[in-house]
Amino acid sequence: MLNHILHLSDKIFDPSLPQKPTRDGYGEGLLQAGEENQNVVALSADLTESTRAEAFAKKFPERFFECGVAEQNMATIAAGLGVAGKIVFISSYATFSPGRNWEQIRTTISYNDSNVKIAGHHAGISVGPDGATHQAIEDIATMRVMANMKVFVPCDALEAKKATVAAAKIWGPVYLRFGREKTPLFTTEATPFQPGKAEIFWQGSKPQVVIISCGILLYNALIAARDLEKEDKIGTIVLNCHTIKPIDEKEITALAKKTGAVVTVEEHQVMGGLGGAVAEVLAKHAPTPMEFVGMKDTFAESGPPGALIEKYGMGVKDIKTAVKRVLRRRK
Amino acid sequence: MEGLHDKKIKFLEEMANRLRQDVIKALVSAGSGHSAGPLGMADIFTAFYFHILRHNPKKPQLPDRDRLILSNGHICPILYATLARAGYFPLEELETLRKINSRLQGHPHRKSLPGLETTSGPLGSGISQAIGFALAARLDQKKYRIYCLTSDGEHQEGNTWEAVMFAGKHKLNNLTVLVDRNNIQIDGFTENVMPLEPLKAKYEAFNWHVIEINGHDFYQIIGAVAEAHAIYEKPTVIIAHTIPGRGVSFMERDFLWHGKPPNEEQARQALRELRTLGQKIQSEHQ
Repeated sequence: MLNHILHLSDKIFDPSLPQKPTRDGYGEGLLQAGEENQNVVALSADLTESTRAEAFAKKFPERFFECGVAEQNMATIAAGLGVAGKIVFISSYATFSPGRNWEQIRTTISYNDSNVKIAGHHAGISVGPDGATHQAIEDIATMRVMANMKVFVPCDALEAKKATVAAAKIWGPVYLRFGREKTPLFTTEATPFQPGKAEIFWQGSKPQVVIISCGILLYNALIAARDLEKEDKIGTIVLNCHTIKPIDEKEITALAKKTGAVVTVEEHQVMGGLGGAVAEVLAKHAPTPMEFVGMKDTFAESGPPGALIEKYGMGVKDIKTAVKRVLRRRK
Repeated sequence: MEGLHDKKIKFLEEMANRLRQDVIKALVSAGSGHSAGPLGMADIFTAFYFHILRHNPKKPQLPDRDRLILSNGHICPILYATLARAGYFPLEELETLRKINSRLQGHPHRKSLPGLETTSGPLGSGISQAIGFALAARLDQKKYRIYCLTSDGEHQEGNTWEAVMFAGKHKLNNLTVLVDRNNIQIDGFTENVMPLEPLKAKYEAFNWHVIEINGHDFYQIIGAVAEAHAIYEKPTVIIAHTIPGRGVSFMERDFLWHGKPPNEEQARQALRELRTLGQKIQSEHQ
């Protein structure tokens, strides 16, 4: 059943559940951070509206800098602003930032320890019709491998807002990942968000598998958990691992030991992302059979977001299959 | 800036010569590193740290200090020597360049050493970072000035021109860029590898004020910076023509000395030349 302590939406499995893109949460969070602290500045690379930096740009025009189509310049200007005492947010699509400007982020933001927050938008294949050039499926890996960098992948618009506000209050480089499409809004204002602390969203009876997820696919994981309990009498735990780095080693290890099997679910390559991070934790503390739901070493294509998620093996059905497969390997 | 007089010029010339010797000693001790660029920029570093910059080596974090951003991090031996001579850290530490447990990293790391304003090495990111400081100074209504020292070769990086375009748009008059126009890079002469000329016209086309100088003439270096202070409607770039390897006859103008250090015999000869100013004076060490 749902973890009621976390105050998730009471309409969570209801067709009337509202939907909102996580990028909207970023826009609201950025605006709030700007209102709370006059040292917050924002930069955009010709994608101000679609990355939702627009509300901040309108309210604080003197603290907003349009860089044009120049992501490398945006990251390095941000590095200077961050060292000079500003709290800097840079927004673009994740394939361009942190895609194209990875080295600038590495040298001038991470190694240089500058106070810059990198907002990677239109992440995952759910960008849809734009096609594989615009579908970031490597960004969690390329950001979490960087020393000094923290990585947040919020699951819905409200968590996205909380993560953005939290990032402004943390010193140093943070990567934030957002999606384009409207997705279920299943947390509430009262749901806690604490960087580095994973939360159990679903607690099944006699759980045999823990499903660890981040980002918008967490909703699919919850549907799968509900169905498995109802249809197959398989109890699972669903863990919202919104912080990929620093990862909640303690909770992940405890739940792996408790259940004896793990499935990770992410809109990202199965190599190097959430699944990789969880595997690193478990190999060290509690070797456990694992299945990985995500992109399987391939690029996707244009198409409707929902259909793409199904075609590339990240739908509810695929999560259920992965749970059953890992159960057979469970000792 | 205070005015210039012959006594000050003599002091600066002697300091630059001392810094060149420091660079040679540090490089030979390190066993790797870049020779030509640091020697070619010794006069310019001297002018900045011993005349132009408002800074206090005893208080490296002073909020209102001028910021000097080194974009081409590989010439850091001259930056380190200058910072040490200015009093940021002990001179003996120069011998630890590029060695394990040293604060003097092969390319500068801001967090490792007092006096560094940024981390650099990968080329083409310095002007952008300087722009970040310039924007912050403008937002905070601070009077400090931002100087960015760059190489000519890194004008082949796209990032450099993205920054040049941005600074022109924002008319960042608190930013002054100085290009070390020494015409060499690792693979050869810049105009053979990937031509940069007409460099002056390029900057002008991006709405910058351009000054060309002899980068070994203290009157010209300091005069150009003073001129930049007086330009309100644009950022200024100073294209400083320098001789790579300046002061060591067998290194001058030879691109093969871009990325290697002298061996012990070469270092001895280089130091002899520097101490005697190319046999013009008797060295007390001979």
